[in-house]
Amino acid sequence: MSATTPTARRATPRRRRLDSSLIVGIALVAVIAIGAVLVASVGRNFFSAGNIRDILTGMSVLGFVAIGQTLVILCASLDLSVPYVVSLSSLIAADLMAGNPANIPMAVVAVIVVAAVIGLANGLIVTKLKVNGFIATLGTGLIIKGYLDTNYKGTSGQVPWEFQLIGATGIGPIPVSTLLMLLVALAGAFFLARTRTGNHMFAVGGNEQVARLSGIRTARPLIVAHMLCSITAALAGLLLASRLGVGSPVVGTQGGYDLLSIAAVVLGGTLLMGGRGSIWGTIGGVAIFAVVDNVMSVMQVNPFLKDVVRGVVIVAAVAVYTSRSVDRRRPRFANASAPPTGPDGAGGDVDGNDAREEARA
Amino acid sequence: MTAVSTDRRDLGSRLADLGRTLVSPRGAVFLLLIVLLVAITVLNPSFAEPSQFIRFIQRVAPIAIVAIGQYFVIVGGEFDLSMGSVVTAQVVIAGNLIGQDEAKSLPVLALMLAFGALIGLVNGLIVSFLKVPSFIVTLGMMLALLGGTLYWTGGAATGNPADGFREIGRGGIRGIPVIDILPWSVLVLAVVLAVAIWFSKRPFGRTIIALGDNPTTARFAGARSWWVKTSTFMISSLSATIAGVLLVGYAGVHPSVGRGYEFIAITAVVLGGVVLGGGRGWVVAAAAGAFALEALFTLLNFAGVPSTYRDAVQGAIIIIAVAYSATTFRARRRGKGIDPAPAASTTIPDASAEASDAASGGSPGTATQTSPDTATQTSPAPAEERDAEASARPASIPSTSRADNETKGGS
Amino acid sequence: MRRKYAVASAMVGALALLTMAGCTTDPNVAAPTEDAGATEEAVEWFDQELFDKQDAERDVVPEGPEGQPWLQYINAEMVDTSEFASEGAKKACFANASISNPWRQTGWITMNQQLKVLQDAGVISEMETRDAQDSDDTQIADIDYFINEGNCDIFLISPNSTAAMTPAVERACDTGKPVVVFDRGVQTDCPVTFIHPIGGFAWGIDTAEFLIDELDEGDKVVALRILPGVDVLEQRWAAAEKLFDEAGIEAVDYFTGADPAEIKKIISDELAKGDVQGIWMDAGDGAVAAIEAFEDAGADYPVMTGEDEMSFLRKWKETGLTGLAPVYSNFQWRTPLLAAQKIFAGEEVPQEWVLPQSPITEEEVDEYLALNENMPDGHYAKFGGEDLPGYPQVWEDRIIP
Repeated sequence: MSATTPTARRATPRRRRLDSSLIVGIALVAVIAIGAVLVASVGRNFFSAGNIRDILTGMSVLGFVAIGQTLVILCASLDLSVPYVVSLSSLIAADLMAGNPANIPMAVVAVIVVAAVIGLANGLIVTKLKVNGFIATLGTGLIIKGYLDTNYKGTSGQVPWEFQLIGATGIGPIPVSTLLMLLVALAGAFFLARTRTGNHMFAVGGNEQVARLSGIRTARPLIVAHMLCSITAALAGLLLASRLGVGSPVVGTQGGYDLLSIAAVVLGGTLLMGGRGSIWGTIGGVAIFAVVDNVMSVMQVNPFLKDVVRGVVIVAAVAVYTSRSVDRRRPRFANASAPPTGPDGAGGDVDGNDAREEARA
Repeated sequence: MTAVSTDRRDLGSRLADLGRTLVSPRGAVFLLLIVLLVAITVLNPSFAEPSQFIRFIQRVAPIAIVAIGQYFVIVGGEFDLSMGSVVTAQVVIAGNLIGQDEAKSLPVLALMLAFGALIGLVNGLIVSFLKVPSFIVTLGMMLALLGGTLYWTGGAATGNPADGFREIGRGGIRGIPVIDILPWSVLVLAVVLAVAIWFSKRPFGRTIIALGDNPTTARFAGARSWWVKTSTFMISSLSATIAGVLLVGYAGVHPSVGRGYEFIAITAVVLGGVVLGGGRGWVVAAAAGAFALEALFTLLNFAGVPSTYRDAVQGAIIIIAVAYSATTFRARRRGKGIDPAPAASTTIPDASAEASDAASGGSPGTATQTSPDTATQTSPAPAEERDAEASARPASIPSTSRADNETKGGS
Repeated sequence: MRRKYAVASAMVGALALLTMAGCTTDPNVAAPTEDAGATEEAVEWFDQELFDKQDAERDVVPEGPEGQPWLQYINAEMVDTSEFASEGAKKACFANASISNPWRQTGWITMNQQLKVLQDAGVISEMETRDAQDSDDTQIADIDYFINEGNCDIFLISPNSTAAMTPAVERACDTGKPVVVFDRGVQTDCPVTFIHPIGGFAWGIDTAEFLIDELDEGDKVVALRILPGVDVLEQRWAAAEKLFDEAGIEAVDYFTGADPAEIKKIISDELAKGDVQGIWMDAGDGAVAAIEAFEDAGADYPVMTGEDEMSFLRKWKETGLTGLAPVYSNFQWRTPLLAAQKIFAGEEVPQEWVLPQSPITEEEVDEYLALNENMPDGHYAKFGGEDLPGYPQVWEDRIIP
């Protein structure tokens, strides 16, 4: 059982991660290959510094949000409040910095604290009030939106030049913001693989009842996941403040980060039901989005058609992924004698989880 | 079980029953609705006049119909995020294809219904056969459908369809005493609701709930799960189509008509005590959820609350409402040994135990017995035990879990 | 756990290193050219100075060619562009905010037809367009992409928002290529020209004065607004609200998202509460739904201001209500490309190119209805493309590239 024996836990997800990351990686390479051909067809170079930079820049904000969303989805919850947390963070940051470089550390800390409190609220509503994550975060998102609309009339604040550098500087073709995002991804992957809370997230997301019976305090990983998700959304807000030079009450909703981040996470091979997935897969999913967007922009695709392509890519990519995993798993289930389970059952789920573990092994 | 509750009514404890229903999570939405309506009437007495009230129902009709459609998807354990885009697409289709030529109304209406069914079919087939989570499928459909509609029409600039077609959403039977006008929308809503109630009592409707509750047992019970699932998506897309027909009359053509309807519908359904993840809920309560939500907006308008606060209030209300029903279930489970529906609570302890019975025994008898039991959950009689179990789970996303379970059970 | 700290500290170190490295690489940002404190937030949208300026501009007779309002300008201070003068067809790069509403769609169609004329004339070789789909972040990336990869001879920018786009526009200016900004502005003088109609305050003054003239003190006006926080829209309401307040007109405002269903509900609720004598809109989308709400409630038509969108003009004519159609001149979409032509010819252009903006009055409705007879409802009467190729078919069919 995953929850009780950490060694088994560690051994299995690693191989699983390889599998899913491999598929996401193949998909990404395929998208890049097609994209490069298409871009070349209009006389441009896909691999030029400016284009790489455009793609990587496109990845960084969504990447931050999607990293946090991965943790939440691993715990079998969702966070729909991220766009509003992003907007709120950009505003708090820009207002507190007020153009003075000396205020940067204070503003960054304040933004992260506020986000952590929002995440804590989300986590508590989900765990203590037993509200479904979808509804809980939809609700907190609306509350933050009401606050933003009431208190901010348009952009506000001023980000000092020193902080704007984060969003505008690059090392060669690689923007600093992307490197920061990858560092956070690294930290996230490390957190999942090496810390107890991170391990428990898989257990709670995989099967909360079993996790509980195994002696895990199931609320904690979920609350931590929601807090971390809000914090990464806040980092995205800080980055946007740095890029915009001001805070904006609509910058989060403009990016559609709620649904896009969920789509990116699922595209990256994380199960929407929780319990299985990886940060690197998510980064792959984000990269696929960024490449598709970049290619469409270079090709000057009609903006309405862009949405059609995005929709089709989301479904098609996930369909490829799920059909592959189904194929791979089918033979095992033919042998597995353990009974199938529904999520509603309490006792029976223990067996169900065994079946799942067998499948993983 | 139904018999049990009927007996209770015959015993005459109807009032107590009613009171319990109103504070029970499933009835709470009616209590909320009554409170909101009373509050509106206090602020603005003319609201209670029949002619005004019927207008209110007319206004809610599209949302209620969308909520009814979403109910079937949610109770079957899935999501439909594409409903808003279906509404928009249908509104634009009506505007562009009918134009000012009233003779085209019927053919285009037929086309719209066929198109709605097709969208639902595509959603359902992808969910059933490609095993893509419905959240993702319908999210993709939402983007693609709206983008495609705008691309096709160059931004949906063409004007409203002929007045005759718009009459369905705008007009009504005039000259009726007391209420002055009986809008067609209200009649359409009544018909849709009646059909929905009838449908959910039918074996097929019960199978949907059984499937949402536990796909494996439903499957062992002989349900063709792909067809049941697909039909729920078709129902929801068709209901969005009907809402589109009403809205093009009520409001007119604009690409923003229908925007956000998917979330409004999900919110309404959840307010109605329907559990995200499927398996339980009552279609009338889902419709009542839509009324409660719209009454809330109206109340905020009448109370002069700045429109920027509206979202915050809506957010707080849905959290409180869902938290109320979730925690009440818990409290009841702890406080009471036996609840009014003993049959339900004894059979329920764990559905998966039944599932394992069904799996190991494999006897069709056991399996078919399971199905009606789960199906009875449609009736308002509360089944605290299981709801508590379900809501205790941290926000499981139903779609994938079902897909996963199905894979397990399937082969 | 110890390993955790080791890795964490290593990461902090790496982060510091990267930050330092980042500072040493050539940053693509210019140091602030302006005093940082100059762009303090404006929580209140009302600006007396701008209000007075636009109020005055409404009465100025514009200079420029007769019958071509898209080339006219008001109180212009001309700048010399001879440094940009050069021969041959040039490549224009257009960073568009979006085409997500009928006003922008109409303008975008007009712009493309204007482009065809200039391409035939050998002035512009091609126009590469990136559409930010209403996102500030995307538009910043779009502008940076043009700077790095576009081989642009001129930048045309329709900013998605004012303050947020300022740093990116400054980067475009730093390339030394001419930059033309239109519609919403930016907080920098670096573009060669900033093209816009008179502005939101003028809209607010036109509409509020009309309603105040037609209504009595104590009458009620319902204001239907699209979104909070967009400067061109907020200024319209800031001016109107002030004038209503001074004239003793009761005004309540709502945000509708331009959704006609929402508009109809709001008006129905207002009519249920009491009489409404006037409707003020900050954009004409959904005006028809507002009028229909009065019809359905059996109330008298209000005095109303909409916009020059065909749907409103048609409904206005059909119902015979007392109305005014303020205009946020859609023909401004032609001007940026024509400005590019002037710039490459070395002709002087206005530093701030204020285009005329005059409402359509009751007397003029018939004329504009006749001119745009077959146009769809989402078309804008003062689109100014009558002399362009493809008229009227391209606009009627809404051919969006």
